[in-house]
Amino acid sequence: MSRRARLTLFGLAAAGLAALLLWSITGLPKFGDYHGAYGKILNKAAPKERQTSNVVAAVVFDYRGFDTMGEEFILFGAVMGVAMLLREPREDEAPVPEDPVRSDALRAFGISFAGATLVLGLWIVAHGYVTPGGGFQGGVILAAAFLLVSLAGSYRPYRRLTPVPIVDFAEGTGAGAYVVIGLCALLIGDAFLHNLLPYGVAGKLSSGGSIPLLNWASALEVTAAFVLLFNEFLSERAIMIDSTRRPP
Amino acid sequence: MAPLQATIMTLVALGAVAVALTTDLVRLVIVSSAYTLLLVVLFVVLQAPDVALSMLVVGTIGYPLVLFVAIRRDRADE
Amino acid sequence: MSYLPFVLAAWIFVVGIFGIVRSRHYIHLVVCLSLTQSSTYVLLLSIGYVKHGGAPIFKDVPQGTRAVDPVVQALTLTDIVVSVTVAALVLALAIQAKKHAKTMNPDELRPVRG
Repeated sequence: MSRRARLTLFGLAAAGLAALLLWSITGLPKFGDYHGAYGKILNKAAPKERQTSNVVAAVVFDYRGFDTMGEEFILFGAVMGVAMLLREPREDEAPVPEDPVRSDALRAFGISFAGATLVLGLWIVAHGYVTPGGGFQGGVILAAAFLLVSLAGSYRPYRRLTPVPIVDFAEGTGAGAYVVIGLCALLIGDAFLHNLLPYGVAGKLSSGGSIPLLNWASALEVTAAFVLLFNEFLSERAIMIDSTRRPP
Repeated sequence: MAPLQATIMTLVALGAVAVALTTDLVRLVIVSSAYTLLLVVLFVVLQAPDVALSMLVVGTIGYPLVLFVAIRRDRADE
Repeated sequence: MSYLPFVLAAWIFVVGIFGIVRSRHYIHLVVCLSLTQSSTYVLLLSIGYVKHGGAPIFKDVPQGTRAVDPVVQALTLTDIVVSVTVAALVLALAIQAKKHAKTMNPDELRPVRG
């Protein structure tokens, strides 16, 4: 189909789709009129029942914890697919590429902020169920802290800091720990992913039952998944090809 | 509806058009990050700080990095 | 005026599909795909909004204050982190396709025969 024919067909279809969408919007309640009962019930009951002040974290890790397990395995599967597509088998035999970072400002930024980013990431993960935050957000920040090392130095120290077997193991452990915590509840006799630990008082770090454990498991998995993703894309061969082409 | 909400929604609509119409790849990454930041402000205005944090972190760290490296590999193979 | 967020979600969806149909490079296609996905986040959060409601975080805030719906926020927040990984998978597929077809233009790729 030629490009012009495709665009004309799209124009007609988009007009029909837009008309249908606008008609369907008139059936929705107005913006701000929330009629659902589930949200109101959760806002009243969750801080007392689960002793967490962040109700969204309680929903993600406790009330809808099974959905989060599914999302983690989507993450796991997608990173496994990227690794299968892009991982090259003979990486250790390639000669050391010359990849010095040439800008002093970039090196200063990387050196000064790598440690601070690590602490910030750990803080956001740890306080995920007390204030806004959680395993998913903090996990990506932790992966960025590792990446700043590659800004501060060259590529080799970064790869030595994140060796592939350890990152693979960490990712599998994060995903598996989530399931194992759920299975422990089955061993005791409760339902899958039922709560194991005492609840505590809302607002403190030791509250929420098994929500902190699930929080850290998902943070470990997200960090390892993103570090693995960056590693697969930034393989040595691709960088070496590019730097040998450019004159130093 | 409050003026703040109406303003940020109009800006998000314009940002979406900008992302769809940009063709140069490196500029596309920058425009897409700017659209992500507009979405972060929209999520904060809609009282969703967790979602705003998630979008901020992904849109400034995860997504531009993956796109830049894909662009580099694309150009290195030529 | 009180339906503006829903119209915005429909607008972003149609603009995203327009970007996909009109694109000449696979990387631009992936970015427009994630743009289309962001329209669902806007729709979900607008449905859960309560007028004059605050965030559903109750630290130092008395019980019973009006707050927005937490369930749609939970759905959206895991979805955002996962969508970037799936976009990376599609980009990896495009990089591999380039090795065989030598092009990143969706119009020029022919289906594999034989």
